Amino acid sequence: MNNQYRNPSLEAEIELFSIYTQLLRIRMIEEAIAERYSEWQMRCPVHLSIGQEAIPVGISTHLTKKDHVYSNHRSHGHYFAKGGSLKKMIAELYGKETGCCGGRGGSMHLIDLDIGFMGSTPIVGGTVPLAVGDAWSAKLKGEKRVSVIYFGDGCFEEGVLHESMNFAILHKLPVIFICENNGYSVYTKLNDRQPSRKIINIAKAHGMQVHTADGNDVLDIMKISYNAIEQARNDNKPQFFEFKTYRWLEHCGPDDDDHLKYRPQGELSIWKEKCPVEKLKNHIMSKNINYATQFTLIEKAIESEISDAFKFAINSNPPSIDLLNKHIYA
Amino acid sequence: MHKSNDKNIRKLTFSKAVREGIDQAMMKDSDLIVIGEGVPDPKSIFLTTEGLQEKYGDDRVFDMPLSENGMTGVCIGAALNGTKVLMIHQRIDFAMLAMDQIVNNAAKWHYMFNGQSSVPIVIRVIVGRGWGQGPQHSQNLQALFAHIPGLKVVTPTTAKDAKGMMIAALKDKNPVIFIEHRWLHHIEDAVPERMYSSSLNKAQVLRKGSDITIVANSLMTIESIKAADALLEVGVSIEVIDLRSIKPIDLDTILKSVFKTKNLIVVDSAWKTGGVSAEIITLVLESNFDLLKRAPLRITSPDHAVPTSHYLANEYYQDAKQIAQQILKFLGREDSIDTVDGILHTNNPADAPSKNFHGPF
Repeated sequence: MNNQYRNPSLEAEIELFSIYTQLLRIRMIEEAIAERYSEWQMRCPVHLSIGQEAIPVGISTHLTKKDHVYSNHRSHGHYFAKGGSLKKMIAELYGKETGCCGGRGGSMHLIDLDIGFMGSTPIVGGTVPLAVGDAWSAKLKGEKRVSVIYFGDGCFEEGVLHESMNFAILHKLPVIFICENNGYSVYTKLNDRQPSRKIINIAKAHGMQVHTADGNDVLDIMKISYNAIEQARNDNKPQFFEFKTYRWLEHCGPDDDDHLKYRPQGELSIWKEKCPVEKLKNHIMSKNINYATQFTLIEKAIESEISDAFKFAINSNPPSIDLLNKHIYA
Repeated sequence: MHKSNDKNIRKLTFSKAVREGIDQAMMKDSDLIVIGEGVPDPKSIFLTTEGLQEKYGDDRVFDMPLSENGMTGVCIGAALNGTKVLMIHQRIDFAMLAMDQIVNNAAKWHYMFNGQSSVPIVIRVIVGRGWGQGPQHSQNLQALFAHIPGLKVVTPTTAKDAKGMMIAALKDKNPVIFIEHRWLHHIEDAVPERMYSSSLNKAQVLRKGSDITIVANSLMTIESIKAADALLEVGVSIEVIDLRSIKPIDLDTILKSVFKTKNLIVVDSAWKTGGVSAEIITLVLESNFDLLKRAPLRITSPDHAVPTSHYLANEYYQDAKQIAQQILKFLGREDSIDTVDGILHTNNPADAPSKNFHGPF
């Protein structure tokens, strides 16, 4: 359903509905995870990306299955936007044998090789050089595809990111760096971690072609990223994107943690006003056509898919204990 | 290089054998690339990568930015896309910068993603000794790597194994830490010209004996054999096992020997605490508590960093003489120490592998 949107014709309603469906789907999946988290069946850390859905959806419209994506601890949106299996993901959170890692990874280790989602891991910066090396290999083999790496503003403080950018530029690799700047590393503000200068300026100094857009505006993201991704793909020019966005819930877990007051009062509600899902819905509605039925149908279809995925996870078997020491070596 | 009609007795140095192994593996597998700081430079990793870039081109043989952690990740990423990578660090100490990628990614990728992908990468690290290399240029960190599930850790001793294990490591689907002692580089033995693999998980008996089993690895195997040869002169017969693989440890070969000798000494160039020597003794005792006639002995470096000055460092490093002395004490044969010291006396400098050694270090 996704991944076919090559050259954005942003006024075509059918495309807009497809993009909206993806945004809403990620939102509803994560809301369902949050709602059921207290049941103690998903017994692993979850880093929900509610509020940040537009970035991976926008970027993924320009990717195909052949393109590879690497991600981090907050990876659900990246995984679904690329086309990762919902059933396998929910089963993974339930620790079941049908999970995308057979229960070995949980939320922080998603993988779906069929659609080019190569893996997510929670050591900040850990997968950044992997995406670069994957792109290096692709270039050496003449595969004409890109590797995408998603990371947060905190990762920009990791030396390995700068080592990775250096090599990507040095060897002109088809890699797309995407900085999702949500302003916080756990409870710590960006200003307490980085000096007052622009992240993209540092990336630019490395030699990157840099781009920014409103991280909550999926159409804007699609517009500014199409040519850049094609340049990476066809001309081996690494690209760097910084998108400002906002995480609505706590760093890790299903709840709103605004009562902890590490974020200024009112900041969350300002960002909720900029909800990426509502933003696109309003844009579609502004076309003055009554799409109420379509919106309802989309929501019902997603609800049903999510319900099926949870049923699948609940009904799946736990992994066999016999497998505990398997796959230590290939 | 010597050559006779029988190609099986061609002799080659350890460093030339490593180079030949890499060369033959690259010839066979066009997806194999080689990268490391200094790989194509004039000194070519102590001549072990000499001429490879000229032969295979600059799209297969690379120099590297000084980004050990990032570049290890880059090599892992390339491996995940099916590019086989040999990564080289001139000093094992430099690989400490890359422990995040080695421990968190390379070692675990296959397990944590349920066997769906693997990381075929060989990380070749060279261990220094002597010539004032000091605290950060001569560490022996085999135990550190061996602790991590998912890594294979090998320490070839002979030139024949250096080539065969390099070829085997480059064929393996897993991350292999290939630990190579700089002082072995000039040692020559029979190395077949053909492409062949040596086992990555088997120890081997390098010297037969009946009184004591010594389990050693890398350079310490050579020193142990020298000690054993001298001790035979005073009537002590020692079997020397070259461990070859630190992870996994080939307990069967060790037990077979200890069943015969009932005495176990482990000689390791690394530190004592939490080391390979402790692991081997524990494995033997766990499997058969009553097997040994005497308490086992560990001969290791002392538990502190090595100082640079040769006046101090020469005492730190274990060599054949020190090994022999400790074995004689172990047997209650202190009366023979002077005799054995005399046999092992050498005019070679203690802080260089031989008088003929001119570096580069």
